[in-house]
Amino acid sequence: MKSGEMEPVVIEPERYEFDAPPAYHFEVDRRDFFRVLGGGLLMVCVLRDAKAFQESGGRRMPWRGPDEPENISAWLHIGESGKVTVFTGKVEVGQNIRTSLIQAVAEELKVAPANVQMVMGDTSRTPFDMGTFGSRTTPTMNPQLRRAASAASDVLIALAAKRFSVDRAQLLAADGKITDPATHQSIGYGELLHGKQLAEAIPAVDPLEPATQWKVMGTSLPKVDGVEFVTGKHRYPSDHRLPGMWFGKVLRPASYGASLTSLDTKAAELLGNVKIVHDGNFVGVAAPTPELAVKALAAIRAEWKPSSEAQNKISNKELFGFLKQTASNNGAHEDRMRHAAGSIDEGLAKADHHLRRTYTVAYIQHVPLEPRAALAEWKDGKLTVWTGTQRPFAVQNDLAEAFRISKHQVRVEMPDMGSGYGGKHTGEAALEAARLANAAGHPVKVVWTREEEFTWAYFRPAGLIKINSGVGHDGRITAWEYHNYNSGGAGIGTPYDVPNQLVQFHPTQYPLRQGSYRALAATANHFARESHMDDLARLAQMDPLQFRLVNLKNDRLKAVFEAAAGKFGWGREKPSRQRGFGMGGGVEKGGYVATCAEVAIDGSTGNVKVVRVVTAFDCGAVVNPDGLRNQIEGANVMGLGGALFEAIEFSDGRILNPRFSAYRVPRFSDLPKNEVVLVDHKDQPSAGAGETPLMALAPAIGNAIFSATGIRLTSLPMVPNGLKT
Amino acid sequence: MEKVTALNVNGVNQVVDVEGDTSLLTVLRDHLDLTGSKYGCGEGQCGACTVLINGFPRRSCITHVAATRGKQITTIEGLAKNGKLHPVQQAFLDAGSFQCGYCTSGMMMTAVSLLKTNPNPTASEIAHFMQGNICRCGTYQRIIAAIQQAAKSMKEARP
Repeated sequence: MKSGEMEPVVIEPERYEFDAPPAYHFEVDRRDFFRVLGGGLLMVCVLRDAKAFQESGGRRMPWRGPDEPENISAWLHIGESGKVTVFTGKVEVGQNIRTSLIQAVAEELKVAPANVQMVMGDTSRTPFDMGTFGSRTTPTMNPQLRRAASAASDVLIALAAKRFSVDRAQLLAADGKITDPATHQSIGYGELLHGKQLAEAIPAVDPLEPATQWKVMGTSLPKVDGVEFVTGKHRYPSDHRLPGMWFGKVLRPASYGASLTSLDTKAAELLGNVKIVHDGNFVGVAAPTPELAVKALAAIRAEWKPSSEAQNKISNKELFGFLKQTASNNGAHEDRMRHAAGSIDEGLAKADHHLRRTYTVAYIQHVPLEPRAALAEWKDGKLTVWTGTQRPFAVQNDLAEAFRISKHQVRVEMPDMGSGYGGKHTGEAALEAARLANAAGHPVKVVWTREEEFTWAYFRPAGLIKINSGVGHDGRITAWEYHNYNSGGAGIGTPYDVPNQLVQFHPTQYPLRQGSYRALAATANHFARESHMDDLARLAQMDPLQFRLVNLKNDRLKAVFEAAAGKFGWGREKPSRQRGFGMGGGVEKGGYVATCAEVAIDGSTGNVKVVRVVTAFDCGAVVNPDGLRNQIEGANVMGLGGALFEAIEFSDGRILNPRFSAYRVPRFSDLPKNEVVLVDHKDQPSAGAGETPLMALAPAIGNAIFSATGIRLTSLPMVPNGLKT
Repeated sequence: MEKVTALNVNGVNQVVDVEGDTSLLTVLRDHLDLTGSKYGCGEGQCGACTVLINGFPRRSCITHVAATRGKQITTIEGLAKNGKLHPVQQAFLDAGSFQCGYCTSGMMMTAVSLLKTNPNPTASEIAHFMQGNICRCGTYQRIIAAIQQAAKSMKEARP
């Protein structure tokens, strides 16, 4: 790569998101489909590189059954009533993808959104999907469904042309009907499909209505089943129930890695109608009422031997030293995790100013308001589990493995859940409920307590970031050496034009269970990089916006910086000495973001209030403007917590603040004036938007505090106990 | 503690058989299958379980069911009347004031009680009153807008 080009620096694929490749199963073939759904037209989305399509030149072809089912990503059925049903393994977690995917299908199929229904995240009814994460649904599933819908529309036009005995070119599809404008005769999709069983497969290649022509996409369709949510009727995973259902609780170890040394369940057994399960390290209870289950759990006497592993002993106070000491500098992965260009030594020699800084990022929690929950039922040798997860097929896999049964015997259904933010890629509650149900002979529901969710789920990785840089009098960055310990590789590369670079991720040992989190390490990496950029701007005696623009070649990133700055009124006088302005921005997952923030510092209390934020975001052609605004506004609120005060405290393998009264999350009083600028790039493919807007906020706030006080805060959270001046 | 055998929820007398120290939330969700009230923390810190008891907002997760004897309990399931959404529900829907929606029931129950005592609240009065309700998706500004819209439509509906 030539220096200065804006190539994405893939140091490492997002290490906390990927899992082993899927082993697939597929239960439904063509005949099953029509038996279940009735006649009509079935369109099957086959992934781009499927062999059969290479041979057919990438055209649509009849589909007879599951020849290569691992290549199928989704399917779409139009029934004899004209009703459209779409099946995808993606799941709805509050990102409103159920709505935006309906828009995609309605757009290309020319039907009203109300006629389209989505079946999502059900391992028995939807094709395999690796999971809903990485902002992948909009860039991948959306065009695949549009392609299927567009091809279905072609089939319907061909059927109508035959029926009307006219040339298909003169027919129009609109509002669920095919019309011949010359004769004004028209026929509904359902009627056209009456008595038919047609199945076709289409390759997922880029098609389609250009964004400038969109009628349904590009509009703010409200959440499709919003009424269910405002009336309390929607059943989240934790709301599901079955006749004869019992309630389960699980005994947790006293600390991470502790082993059970003695167990006394006599008192619990005396409570009567209680099932107690002790299986290896698993101890749990099930009872007909939740009160009895809680009582039984409390009656169990257990002793635990603490872990002797070093990582289970340290506290958050020793964390960053531990990460640095246990970093691995070599190994098979090194090349993947390292990006180098030019020479750091030469770049530093050319610089007029040098800057070295270390940044730290604490462990934080996703805190989905609905904790992990699952309801499991064993019936006729088959296991069905309703659970909240971003990866239903991975949970199905885990369950099959844990109970040594075939995946065909396991069904996982994922009802739209109470959020995840990357925190529910796993299926702990599903396993627990299934194990207890198996023993109790009843369906069993397990709902984690908040304390369990805070302790036994997983965390956004903590990290240590070191930057060594140089800049010239002209404001050009000459050297950029960047080391990230443990936090992760997402967003690690700099988008700025720097000829001499060394960027490296270092895996380390770590004390807490860590995993994916909305925007992953991009938040940590942007905090470090964009804070450092402001310091370099000051050394070069340049305005932070001007300094960024001087070092940027990427036009889309420049445009969002300018858009955010314009709306914010960048460059105006600060209203008082206690106020500060700051900015941050970057590129990630196909989205370009810039945020400007205004903070107010209370000199006597040290309180930092974020008064106003303006975020400009470009994710290509916008699918649902109001849904997108909602995501960006929400990202700024959620990001505020990790930026200012959220941090997990731990010691000796225990979480010390596992409850809302001890772990502060953003509330109404923290809300800034929260403004969004959508840069709608209709000529660009739509990128996902759930994550990237989060990452620019923390550095924007840090830089605003710096501009108000001259104090450079280098740790996230920045002011858990207020600003010490 | 003495058992509780009857409960008035949304104007309906319900028969239950629970210990008096059982949380109201458990009774609503697990005994009466009224799952619109949500569990979020179990310590009265997040507001997802908020219901009205004799019109006042209460955290059902830390309310013993015994304390509701002889009182009127209103849950989200009782907010719409004759199939018509309460103005607060309609306003939340219209303003798109949720993402995952898990906090929404508790938000709306709190908002309903706010509008009873303060029919025309300012944004900062709303923020102050709603401080005990958490929306992790971060839709606070939309919730404030929805409550102000609801206040407006309730005012217009009054003779």
